[in-house]
Amino acid sequence: MSIPLSRPMTRTALPMIRRVPWTLLVFLLLLPMPWVGSRYDTFLTTQILIDALFAVSLNLLLGTTGLVSFGHVAYFGVGAYVCGILMKTYGLPFIIAFPASGLGAAFFSLIFGFFCVRLTKIYFAMLTLAFSQIVWAIAFKWDAVTGGDQGIADVPFPDMRWMASIPGIGDLSENGRFYILTLTLVALCVAAIGQITRSPFGRMLTAIRDNRERAAFIGLNVRAYELTVFVVAGGFAGFAGALYGIFTRGVFPDYVFWPQSAQVMIMTILGGMNYLWGPPIGALVLDWLNQEITNYTQYWPFVLGSILLILLFLLPGGVVGGLVRLTGFVQRRMARRDA
Amino acid sequence: MLEITGLRKSFAGFVAVNDVSLTVDTRQICAVIGPNGAGKSTFFNLITGHIRSDTGRVVLDGRDVTGMAPHRICALGMGRSFQLTNIFPRLTVLQNVQAALLAHHGRGHDFWSRAETLLRDEAEALLATIGLAAVANTTAGTLAYGNQKQLELGLALASDPKVLLLDEPTAGMSAGETHETIALLRRIAEERGLTLLFTEHDMAVVFGIAQKIAVLYQGRKLAEGPPEEVRANPEVRRVYLGEHA
Repeated sequence: MSIPLSRPMTRTALPMIRRVPWTLLVFLLLLPMPWVGSRYDTFLTTQILIDALFAVSLNLLLGTTGLVSFGHVAYFGVGAYVCGILMKTYGLPFIIAFPASGLGAAFFSLIFGFFCVRLTKIYFAMLTLAFSQIVWAIAFKWDAVTGGDQGIADVPFPDMRWMASIPGIGDLSENGRFYILTLTLVALCVAAIGQITRSPFGRMLTAIRDNRERAAFIGLNVRAYELTVFVVAGGFAGFAGALYGIFTRGVFPDYVFWPQSAQVMIMTILGGMNYLWGPPIGALVLDWLNQEITNYTQYWPFVLGSILLILLFLLPGGVVGGLVRLTGFVQRRMARRDA
Repeated sequence: MLEITGLRKSFAGFVAVNDVSLTVDTRQICAVIGPNGAGKSTFFNLITGHIRSDTGRVVLDGRDVTGMAPHRICALGMGRSFQLTNIFPRLTVLQNVQAALLAHHGRGHDFWSRAETLLRDEAEALLATIGLAAVANTTAGTLAYGNQKQLELGLALASDPKVLLLDEPTAGMSAGETHETIALLRRIAEERGLTLLFTEHDMAVVFGIAQKIAVLYQGRKLAEGPPEEVRANPEVRRVYLGEHA
């Protein structure tokens, strides 16, 4: 062919940092926290871990498939309530309640998603928001099951006595053990989501994100794929919700209120939705800022808002996007110096 | 191979395609021409299932595909390229073709393997066929316009179609690019035994490659036949060729 090829660029669409087993590294790095960190550190990290999983699950929709769900908290909430109700009201063990919370959230995602994927863009977003408000209304009003505005208080910790048999963990407090449990489950979930993103299924999702119309003409049933990922993302959000309910020792209607959907979306975008590790970094930054600023001033929403504004303008690809650009810049500089 | 009968579509009272029938034989290269607004793109969108027709039937290789969703028609062997380039801009060129191949081979619901390594040889072979092997790792959206059109053709070919519908495959190309693209199309159609149906503005291209031409005018089919016959048709000359020839 003599059609002039555009200048081949060495820049690939995704950075070549995938061969590193990041999930394992982060897991090992965070494992000693209960021994070396303070109680407060462990507490804050537990929250960040749970939010990170929630944000990563949202990013399956937002960054990977290009679906702007504004009601993702509904499935987080369903997971929290299912786990809370099973453990508190029915006294079931965590090992049953936790999988059930994911399945319950996935089930709700299936029903709501069936309608949502029939719409696109802002209409999709509005419908997801509407469904999340329905979940909130049910949580708020169905006293007999959800406890209404009182919620479900005193959700018990999982039975973690078996952990004592693992060397070194025996002397940890209950909070420390719950941290280890959370870290393990979150790492497994994030690894699973990472695998899904890299799988052929994930490639189809990115194709749909890039060009919905064309995706149909390479033979994809776009709605079926969107519904599948909606259910998967909902299920993982449910896991995050289950952990959160136990972490805060209760499940309340506030957890399902719509600003929570905005918060997790901010985490995802702030961290960088084009990267698997963007949302966890976003969760880290937001949760940490939130805690720190609250310590110093009562006007924290104002300060937080300003910081977010600056970060979003300076780092359009999110924090991770900015780091990747910086790495590329440094590498080019080094290469130029070597040449 | 492709039998279209009595296709009709109106938008809010305006009849865009009015009772158009067309038969394309296996391995035939057929062009649909007509002035702007004649209904060519709508006609294509009706055939490929992108929009639903009011009446009429589309039969692909003996199967009635009228009213089917695009992805099902695609699976039954109809590939398509678009007038405006329609690719996956943020994936690399290789990933674009790979995605289309994965979709075609029904691997889309595979959660467990690595997409990166699957069907790589096939994807590279296809890129070689369409002449994009050198830019395999470039982000598709940054390609030159002509290359993006080539990639689009690659996406259409990945589903191993029997019939290929091309909506203005050379739109916006320079004379040289047009020439190359036509040569490429002809070679691929030959190699793969494809049936081609395409729309085109460039009369030199149409008369150079088409074995059969259908002329649309104001939503109706004005004439149909071999190129010489269409060229000689006085009515066609009056409404269309006259202003271009």
